[in-house]
Amino acid sequence: MRLSAKLTMLIAVLAVSACTNANRFDNGAVDLNAATGSAGGILPGSVNDPSSPAYFQQTVGDRVLFAVDQSTLSPEARATLDGQVQWLLTNSDYNAVIEGHADEQGTRAYNLALGARRANSVMEYLIAQGVPSNRLRFVSYGKERPIEICSEESCYAKNRRAVTIISAGLTG
Amino acid sequence: MKQVVASLLAVILMAVSAPGVALAQGGPLRIEITEGVVEPLPYAVPDFVAESAGGQALAQQIARVVAEDLTGTGLFREVPREAHISQITSFGSPVQFADWKAINAQALVTGAVSSEGGRVVVKFRVWDVFAGTELGQGMQFAGTADGWRRMAHKVADQVYSRITGEGGYFDSRVVFVSESGPKDQRSKRLAVMDYDGANVQYLTGGNALVLAPRFSEDGQRVLYTSYETGMPRVHVLEVGTVQSRILQGQDGVMSFAPRFAPNGQTVVYSLTQGSNTDIWAMDIGSGGVRQLTSAPSIETAPSYSPDGSQIVFESDRSGTQQLYVMSASGGEARRISFGQGRYSTPVWSPRGDMIAFTKQNAGRFHIGVMRTDGSEERLLTASFLDEGPTWAPNGRVIMFARETQGAQGASSLYTVDISGRNLKRVRTPEGASDPSWGPLQ
Repeated sequence: MRLSAKLTMLIAVLAVSACTNANRFDNGAVDLNAATGSAGGILPGSVNDPSSPAYFQQTVGDRVLFAVDQSTLSPEARATLDGQVQWLLTNSDYNAVIEGHADEQGTRAYNLALGARRANSVMEYLIAQGVPSNRLRFVSYGKERPIEICSEESCYAKNRRAVTIISAGLTG
Repeated sequence: MKQVVASLLAVILMAVSAPGVALAQGGPLRIEITEGVVEPLPYAVPDFVAESAGGQALAQQIARVVAEDLTGTGLFREVPREAHISQITSFGSPVQFADWKAINAQALVTGAVSSEGGRVVVKFRVWDVFAGTELGQGMQFAGTADGWRRMAHKVADQVYSRITGEGGYFDSRVVFVSESGPKDQRSKRLAVMDYDGANVQYLTGGNALVLAPRFSEDGQRVLYTSYETGMPRVHVLEVGTVQSRILQGQDGVMSFAPRFAPNGQTVVYSLTQGSNTDIWAMDIGSGGVRQLTSAPSIETAPSYSPDGSQIVFESDRSGTQQLYVMSASGGEARRISFGQGRYSTPVWSPRGDMIAFTKQNAGRFHIGVMRTDGSEERLLTASFLDEGPTWAPNGRVIMFARETQGAQGASSLYTVDISGRNLKRVRTPEGASDPSWGPLQ
């Protein structure tokens, strides 16, 4: 009726892509690191250039994993984050957004809040180790953006993650 | 209500020659839903009589939708048309009760359809076959031809109400998230549909992730969470114009899980600050906000009682997700869930007597209901992942989302009676989640 006419346009522009503006790295995602299952997009710079976001993602390690329903950082996670701190302090032209995620075993709203807890615990760690807070922010995707799609612990373990996304520019 | 007036031009009580019959309180045609119906009531809906040229198809379609509505409740069983002895060829002719008794149709719905210049008039009567009387009064609905399904739902709502004594729910809409694409690249957009999955209309494009739409009490507005700005933030959308705007205005702050107060003026939602998620309320008119919970834990999924005085929500303050009730102005909350497992996504029933919830226990998800004090917990479903109940306007049926397991997993909508019976999938064009059932129109 009234709605349908106005909606025709909306339907026409429907994109198949699942990406959002904020989650641009999922767009045309390629698995750059099959061994660890970490998915990522094509980042600027060479993996061989230690000051490139690609190096940060591949060599420093852009993500830490969490236990079921937990947001505490494991010793392994802290080691990864120590590397992130060094990189961020060395490459002070870059900002970072920390994305928090949950596995699918939970209700939607709770998982959003849980992903926020995880991302925030990473952010707080980075700040405590000296990264200026004005270069960091976080967002949670809850269970909306899994990188592994099986319904087993092997996949869930990789989906319970916080990923540090490097973005250019000091403003913001 | 305005939409009803727009598409249904008139609802007129017909002058009826049959003697007025009191609704069958305790009569043979009464279904007491609360007693638990085991044997559905047999009824017949012959094709409606086409009273204008070319109206046969519509007359038949309307009768079929009435039958789908009634049979779909699980409370009624249609006697198939092949078994009918009598044909209804004229709406005004006397009903041959013996012919309907012979096939054990306890209720009979007769109707007629006429259309002229794009305007359709549907009239109907409900008969108590064994008493040989009319149940209630004949009625007619008028509207446009493309609103024919609504007119059929209105007829079915009347039949349902007269026989059960409960309000109907067929002429209602559901707002939900329509999903497409694989699990790791899923596209989500808001959509509305009739309660039975017909007439799907999309409200947003697929470029921004959207979650958990919630109807206002009048069905005119929808609250939802959108990542349009890169952060999950509460938006409000006018259904009539499909215009939306950000409601929660703090830049860079996550807000989600919104729900309207019954007055339509206040919105409750979750706001995340640091690692802490609390429940806030906002007055839509003034934009003024107020923090309702202040625990260091996760407080989310708030839902008002129908009188607006209380809010049920979930919190993991005890260590796991549990349900709590507090005053609508915040303050002390009392825990109401004490069973095994985790409880989440509580929703107060429109009757005010129950709370529906999601429960996780021993690796399974359930939809359940309990009294508002947490007593009489009853699990209605069990699966790999059931989530997010929403109540039919009459408080008798719950819709929820069920996601299947594994790499090919997809989400669909289901309905189930609060008795746990009559679990049914709702047909949608693509995957679907996060349903919110709107009011009876």
